[in-house]
Amino acid sequence: MSGTMNLLIGLAMGLSLLALASSRLPSVIRAAAFQGMVLGTLPLLLEEKIHWLVAIVAVGTIAVKGFIIPNLLRRALRAANIDREVEPLLGFVPSLLLGAAATIGAAALASELPLLPEHAKSLLVPGAFATVVCGFILLIARTKAISQVCGYLILENGIYLFGLLLINTTPLLVEAGILLDLTVAVFVIGIIVDRIQREFDTLDTRKLTSLRE
Amino acid sequence: MKEFLLIAIPLLVAGLALAWPNERTRPWLLPVAGGLHAVLALWLLIDPPVLIAGAWFGFDPLARAVLPMVSLLFLVCSIYGVAYLQIRSERKNRIFVTALLVMLGFLSLALQAQNLGLLWVAAEATTLVTVPLLHFNGTARAFEASWKYLLVGGTGIALSLLGSFCLGYASLHGGGNGDLTFTSLVAQGASLTRPWLITAWVLLLAGYGTKMGLAPMHTWKPDAYGEAPGMVGALLAGGTTTMAFVAILRVKQVVDAAGGGAMTERTLLAFGLFSMLVAALFLLGTPDFKRMLAYSSVEHMGILAVGAALGGAGIWAALFHVWTNGLTKGALFLSAGNIRRAAGAQTEDKVAGMAWRTPASARIFVVGILALTACPPFGVFFSELKIILATFQTNQMFAATAFLGCLLFAFFGMARLVFAIVDGRPRAAARATGKQLRETPGVIVPPLVFLALSLWLGLATPSLLRDAWTAAANILFPTP
Repeated sequence: MSGTMNLLIGLAMGLSLLALASSRLPSVIRAAAFQGMVLGTLPLLLEEKIHWLVAIVAVGTIAVKGFIIPNLLRRALRAANIDREVEPLLGFVPSLLLGAAATIGAAALASELPLLPEHAKSLLVPGAFATVVCGFILLIARTKAISQVCGYLILENGIYLFGLLLINTTPLLVEAGILLDLTVAVFVIGIIVDRIQREFDTLDTRKLTSLRE
Repeated sequence: MKEFLLIAIPLLVAGLALAWPNERTRPWLLPVAGGLHAVLALWLLIDPPVLIAGAWFGFDPLARAVLPMVSLLFLVCSIYGVAYLQIRSERKNRIFVTALLVMLGFLSLALQAQNLGLLWVAAEATTLVTVPLLHFNGTARAFEASWKYLLVGGTGIALSLLGSFCLGYASLHGGGNGDLTFTSLVAQGASLTRPWLITAWVLLLAGYGTKMGLAPMHTWKPDAYGEAPGMVGALLAGGTTTMAFVAILRVKQVVDAAGGGAMTERTLLAFGLFSMLVAALFLLGTPDFKRMLAYSSVEHMGILAVGAALGGAGIWAALFHVWTNGLTKGALFLSAGNIRRAAGAQTEDKVAGMAWRTPASARIFVVGILALTACPPFGVFFSELKIILATFQTNQMFAATAFLGCLLFAFFGMARLVFAIVDGRPRAAARATGKQLRETPGVIVPPLVFLALSLWLGLATPSLLRDAWTAAANILFPTP
């Protein structure tokens, strides 16, 4: 059981590196969507007996992270008529190297933190920290609004991964609230991207510079 | 029951506002909800309810110490809002009014939340509902401000969720049963696992610190406050930041109970002084009087963080400062909005002579700046004095010196800009638009009320409020 889980978490970590390395926006979106789907299946693997609430969380996560949000992003992409991230603030190879370094750092940090015996063998904690940091790098190293939203999505995926440690103990409201709020956040970001795109045709956030000292 | 109504009434009226057919009468729903909310908050302040053990939300001493201020701030801003939305009748106000009311509802929920998860949900909802308020003006600059707000604020709120998870895991690893109410986390005390506790504090301080606007996570603030309508700025500077400060205080209480008191105090002091320094430097240079208010807000958030780092007396003073800063800022944001509308610009190279164009607003603005930069007998003077006394009590001479130095430079920076826009000859742009924007009582009385409240807090702080702050400070910093 924990072997399959670790395999999937490793896959998710690889997907965030893939997102860091790719220059085409559709493949960044695809990486984030696939990562979301992989993470969505994890709650089903956590327990021998599947509680119906956990099943709902899993199905909801796969639907939202794997389909709805990526579709919104693709729609924004078509509307903006771009498919390539040119001139990133930080090149693709440097950001990939930074991401790899962050993954190693996350593993080192996670080994310092004490874990409960049932989590000791899993990659959940290093996987979560690595994904959060990779998402953050994507968020700050790219100039196109859609890449930044993908970065935010990957960052959220990392937090979701961490939340799995607590899925059996935190009460229902926290679970529901987390799902609802995180998705709404990206929805709103999506709408804003849509609006920004009407104002700034290229979706280049570097053009958002009239407000400064 | 009444504490539940504080959340339910704004949300119900928000639903009503969404369905309300008439653009002209819809803004009146704001003072209706604000009035009911203020009456309830005052009632609860005078007669606090008995707390139910283990409940997820409740009107505890900390909520009692700050929630009435947010309620009062909203009420006065909502009266201004009626006049403002009449002036701005070319913009549709359905979303604006609804979002303001939803924001009040979620602020009330967040201030009363007794559970780590519920607090986060409410904070996240407040973040999202602020976005439509920021791009009310619909300009390219307003879009830019909302985009930056959402990106920075969204990342901050995501970090605070990760921090909440870490704190939850600290409790679980230390033998907890997954109960994330603050009372049970405090009761767990030293059994919270230390490495997780430190990770949680770092992430939660960074996350809620972003929401509060502590430097260096303050970058959304100048853009958002510069582009938002004045009343939204007032509510952000007095309401949302207060919520984030309360969140930090609640988390600090848990970390302190687990034996991390030295760490929380040192980090808060460092962040607070750094915020004051950054704000003072930017205040010396900024040419834009609405962005100036944002940097001043960064400065005052720094002051709150410093206060929170100074033990019981410091926390008492910080709660006092929440009131004086929030209400004084209200006067400034509202009068700055009036000046901005009449001048058609907000930088010192385009705006001058506003004492002739908008005599009442310009006078309120000048007096408000004096009040905010701690001129006696306004409230801010006394609350900052209490914080300085607390630094002496805890023997932090370096902190006291840095604190006073930053205050002095902030005063220079603000006085420079304020007199540049108030004095001199009106510019051509202002002469062209000045005539049709008269200063009606609807936009003058609310900021005057704020000034009066600030004065009242300074001259005669009601013993009711003093007791409320003492009760909250005793819980947050129990003296052995």
